[in-house]
Amino acid sequence: MEPILLRARGETNSRSISTYLRLGGYGALKKAFIMDPAAIREEVKNSGLRGRGGAGFPAGVKWGFVPQDSPKPKYLICNADESEPGTFKDREIIHVDPHMLIEGIIIASYAISANTAYIYIRGEFVEEARILEQAIAEAYKKKYLGKNILTTGYDLDLYVHRGAGAYICGEETALIESIEGKRGLPRLKPPFPAVVGVFGCPTVVNNVETLACVPHIIERGAAWFASIGRPRNTGPKLFCVSGHVNRPGVYELPLGVTFREIIEEHCGGMRDGKALKAFIPGGSSAPVLPADKVDTAADFDAVAEAGSMLGSGGLIVMDETVDMVWALENLLTFYAHESCGQCTPCREGSDWALDVVRRIRRGHGRPEDIETLQRIARYASQGMTICPLGDAFCGPITSFLNHFGHEFEAYIEAATPAPRKKLPILPVRSGRGTFGL
Amino acid sequence: MTPVHTEPLQVTPPAEVAEVHFDDDMEKRIREILKRYPTKQAAVLPLLWMCQERWGWTSPGIMNAVAERLELAPAFVEGVVTFYTMYQTEPPGKYLLQVCTTLSCQLCGTSGLVDHLKERLGIDFGETTRDGRFTLLDVQCLGACGEAPIIQVNNDYYTELTPEKLDQLLDELV
Repeated sequence: MEPILLRARGETNSRSISTYLRLGGYGALKKAFIMDPAAIREEVKNSGLRGRGGAGFPAGVKWGFVPQDSPKPKYLICNADESEPGTFKDREIIHVDPHMLIEGIIIASYAISANTAYIYIRGEFVEEARILEQAIAEAYKKKYLGKNILTTGYDLDLYVHRGAGAYICGEETALIESIEGKRGLPRLKPPFPAVVGVFGCPTVVNNVETLACVPHIIERGAAWFASIGRPRNTGPKLFCVSGHVNRPGVYELPLGVTFREIIEEHCGGMRDGKALKAFIPGGSSAPVLPADKVDTAADFDAVAEAGSMLGSGGLIVMDETVDMVWALENLLTFYAHESCGQCTPCREGSDWALDVVRRIRRGHGRPEDIETLQRIARYASQGMTICPLGDAFCGPITSFLNHFGHEFEAYIEAATPAPRKKLPILPVRSGRGTFGL
Repeated sequence: MTPVHTEPLQVTPPAEVAEVHFDDDMEKRIREILKRYPTKQAAVLPLLWMCQERWGWTSPGIMNAVAERLELAPAFVEGVVTFYTMYQTEPPGKYLLQVCTTLSCQLCGTSGLVDHLKERLGIDFGETTRDGRFTLLDVQCLGACGEAPIIQVNNDYYTELTPEKLDQLLDELV
């Protein structure tokens, strides 16, 4: 497949506006401005573009939820929080081609009649925020941003808003709270952001990669975009591969390529010639899949059918040497640290689950522990919490137990019982430390 | 490895940031920031960032000043500061070594780096070396897993590290 989102990779000064213009950049914007906003929304809907942030919701449909007759100002937010473990594609787009993202933001803002847009970028991405600030300044200078863009009468201001270290702020309503200057606690939905979003106004939140697709759809048409990939799973996708492969990195491939092709052909196979044991197909929240699912097609529907989700496209590859109890403990450490603390099942459940898995791995597992983990996973998922973070840590628990339960059992069988304390030991926030048992 | 390009943090001692005032340059930046949002409250995160860049960390005095400037309760601002991990509420060393400890990095050898760091610096996570040069922190996924293992030093990422490369890096951070 010809590179689309990463077409500028390898160009000298690929980030500068002059390179972008030379490659035909901002042409889609000129085309968009002679279209009606409703026609742009329709075109994106017809392209079948599904959100690349994790949920896979059709982008054009999301834009359509914005009440166009609302007298309130409308906002577009680009979600560059990219905090899902195993995901690093948005960073790549920003490094290679920030103007592609900016052009996508302008077109999307025009399509939903927004006059202010924000890029919410995770706090750790200091360099990336600088790259974006610089690209935005270039775009203002060339009149692609600001008042009366390209003499069309349309105004748009675009600002970078830096987060400060919170995974939860990648969830769109937490992100909105964070822009408003608050703790990033997700909101109950409905109302959805398209109706009541940032500052109480209609808001669309789209992922970096989703917005980067938009100029291409406008320039080359919905039918062209839909011809890439498979039905209902259209377009190019950035796959971020990490872990035990020879060439980890970001690969642009059509949706529907198999995981075997990604690992063997594009990533040069498994590192040190070891055998594949398991892979997480879509960032750490996606349920783990065992090696025998490696021929699954990497698209939203096929991965869902295989019992996981494509999520953000962050593929974490684990070889035969990986201790799955250790791997689950690692993931749960992440979720216990990142739970915002708002909902009891998630706040307590993530800590307790970590506590139990840690106990198992330290050789003090108890026979009832597996059932306890399953119970936690049942109580903290599927609508028991305000946001999907509950599901995000329960998916790994359930799938690790389903596919690799024998490893947990083996630990428990070999365990020496720990001396029971008289009082229950309350879970301590992980981060600084651990607590012994 | 990328050449070492990290500037040391300018960390102001606690006594000097017990109470702070914004100078004219900072006031100018605050006014620019406020123009971006329809509410004053939305400027909390950008203002805190500005202060941390200026003073090296976020003291209670800084939180009070931000609260006063934005007409918010100091407790509210403290709540925001402590929710996020990147506002340092204790004065750190000149170099904040933030080691990613999440899965992809761990699969590629982070624990070796951590052992090496702890031994060489003689400190644990959350501690600062006696000479005030390094603070060691464990952080969650830094979003650059393809180049694992990663350590963020102040604002900069150092990727594909090995104990040897790490030694070279530490030697250059003076």
